Amino acid sequence: MLNVSNLALVLKALLAIAIGSVGIIAIFYALNLVVERLSKPWRRRLLPWVYMGPTVLLLGAYLVYPALRTFYISFFGHQSEEFVGLQNYIFAFTDPDMLIAFRNNVLWLVLVTAFSVALGLVIAVLVDRVQYEPLAKALIFLPMAISFVGASVIWRFIYAYRPEGSEQIGLLNAIVVGLGFEPVGWLVNRGINNFALIVIMIWLQTGFCMVLLSSAVKGISKDVIEAARIDGAGEWQIFRRIIVPMIMPTVTVVTTTVVVLVLKVFDIVFVMTGGNLDTDVIASRMIKEMFNFRDFGRGSAIAVILLFAVIPVMVANIRRFRQQELSR
Amino acid sequence: MTSLAKPRTRARRANRFEQIMAKAPVHIAVVAIALLWTLPTLGLLISSFRPPEDILNSGWWTVFLHPFELTQFSLQNYADVLLSQGMGQAFLNSLVIAIPATIIPISIATFAAYALAWMDFPGRQWLFVVTVGLLVVPLQMTLIPVLRAYNALGISSTFLAVWLAHSAYGLPLGVYLLRNYIGSLPRDLIEAAEVDGASNLKVFTRLIVPLSMPAIASFAVFQFLWVWNDLLVALVYLGGDQDVAPVTLLLRNLVGDRGQDWHLLTAGAFISMIVPLLVFFALQRYFVRGLLAGSVKG
Repeated sequence: MLNVSNLALVLKALLAIAIGSVGIIAIFYALNLVVERLSKPWRRRLLPWVYMGPTVLLLGAYLVYPALRTFYISFFGHQSEEFVGLQNYIFAFTDPDMLIAFRNNVLWLVLVTAFSVALGLVIAVLVDRVQYEPLAKALIFLPMAISFVGASVIWRFIYAYRPEGSEQIGLLNAIVVGLGFEPVGWLVNRGINNFALIVIMIWLQTGFCMVLLSSAVKGISKDVIEAARIDGAGEWQIFRRIIVPMIMPTVTVVTTTVVVLVLKVFDIVFVMTGGNLDTDVIASRMIKEMFNFRDFGRGSAIAVILLFAVIPVMVANIRRFRQQELSR
Repeated sequence: MTSLAKPRTRARRANRFEQIMAKAPVHIAVVAIALLWTLPTLGLLISSFRPPEDILNSGWWTVFLHPFELTQFSLQNYADVLLSQGMGQAFLNSLVIAIPATIIPISIATFAAYALAWMDFPGRQWLFVVTVGLLVVPLQMTLIPVLRAYNALGISSTFLAVWLAHSAYGLPLGVYLLRNYIGSLPRDLIEAAEVDGASNLKVFTRLIVPLSMPAIASFAVFQFLWVWNDLLVALVYLGGDQDVAPVTLLLRNLVGDRGQDWHLLTAGAFISMIVPLLVFFALQRYFVRGLLAGSVKG
């Protein structure tokens, strides 16, 4: 009986996959067939829109319009019925819990970015000198494939806490107790818990930074480094005076990517602590306002604040893209 | 001759030894970091095979005291979490969500990238600039209006809802990445095909798609991992419906409800990780290329 129902489940899954995947390609073929029957000038004019259409539609319906709408309802009350002006924004910048979320986000931004980029750079330079580079890189890069939820479970186990006297099953507390100290409640101690969460993100992101920076390091010509060595430069000098300046553009890109990612961090906080005990960040606060308090006005205002925080990156991206187009 | 050669090889050998010694700090640092980075996952993996009482009574590292006692390992945790906690169903749901949510944006983005790169129509540049701008818009900006629309249409908690949402959220990166790649294909090749009288669809399917396979594969790996690992979109649009919940959502519920049942959590977490890990190891090259294209250039 169990097997029959399982088989049905698997079949249903396959069917759903087929409908979703084949459906989209069928739509393109059908539209194309219709347009091909038209006269040539009309075909010319319409065909680009057949190809662009679904993109424009999806981007409009899921990104552009909702973003404008969110901006609009951020000036309204919790059910978007009465106009409240800047009330939601005043709440966002004065509520004590929100201020803690802002403080935490700044902590996340500074620490995750600094550590993962710096560590990534050091590792990229180090692995360049060993033969087992691919293996070492794969191991450090591996966390990138793991979901934030999976990573949270992994680290909850590392941080597991048992009262003094009983056997510690969390690696970190086992070490602490082994060194003769009392076990630490990593996730409940308000002085430590934010840092405990930040470490998880550093663990996840360092591999990403390393991979991008490593390809930049490999792009530096060996002759330059050899020449410096012959001139008597030490390894540290080569690192500081040659490698770092030459890969600066990549460092900038990696840094902005990590900043944007950290700004939106939500899953780790949500799974590990639920934002309790002063660990909330902006993005997890937004979900709280939306689901727990059903206050769509405040939730929207917080989302708008997030958007404003990434606007500089957006402008920089567009500017860089324009330059790229000119140089093509 | 031989008497001359001998001291030289000895000198060389001494030199080799010196070199290795000089490099020792580098080796130690690399090995230490690699170990440190692997340890958390290794602990989870080992624990997932230990019986519940063992997990709660001793640290996972104690298995190394008697590593060849295979009786201390079992697959029981996996059976428990798959069958009685709904992880099996969730695993299927994740596949049902992630595969179409990868194929749909790939098809849409490739068509759009071709139009943006090689067709002439008003607003072309402008559309692409908007797409680049949308690359970094936080998803949070879209959640409330889309959820309300879904509720009004009655399609929240359906696969269709998450397919379309994930497709739209992945599109800016896909269009950006593929347009750059398709735009750099040789002009002569495409014009020659058009002169030969091939229709646009034929140029697209016979020429553009095969030539763009590396870029398509990069985006596919990236998007698949993103969707598989996503919690936010599933949480908001699927709600608490267990029948459609993917592994990430189920795992997070397990953490909430059975936070101390480590035998379920460790096995569950590993099940949620197995597909991304396989994809990662098999297609790492494409994944890295996608990352490089997605951030170094953008």
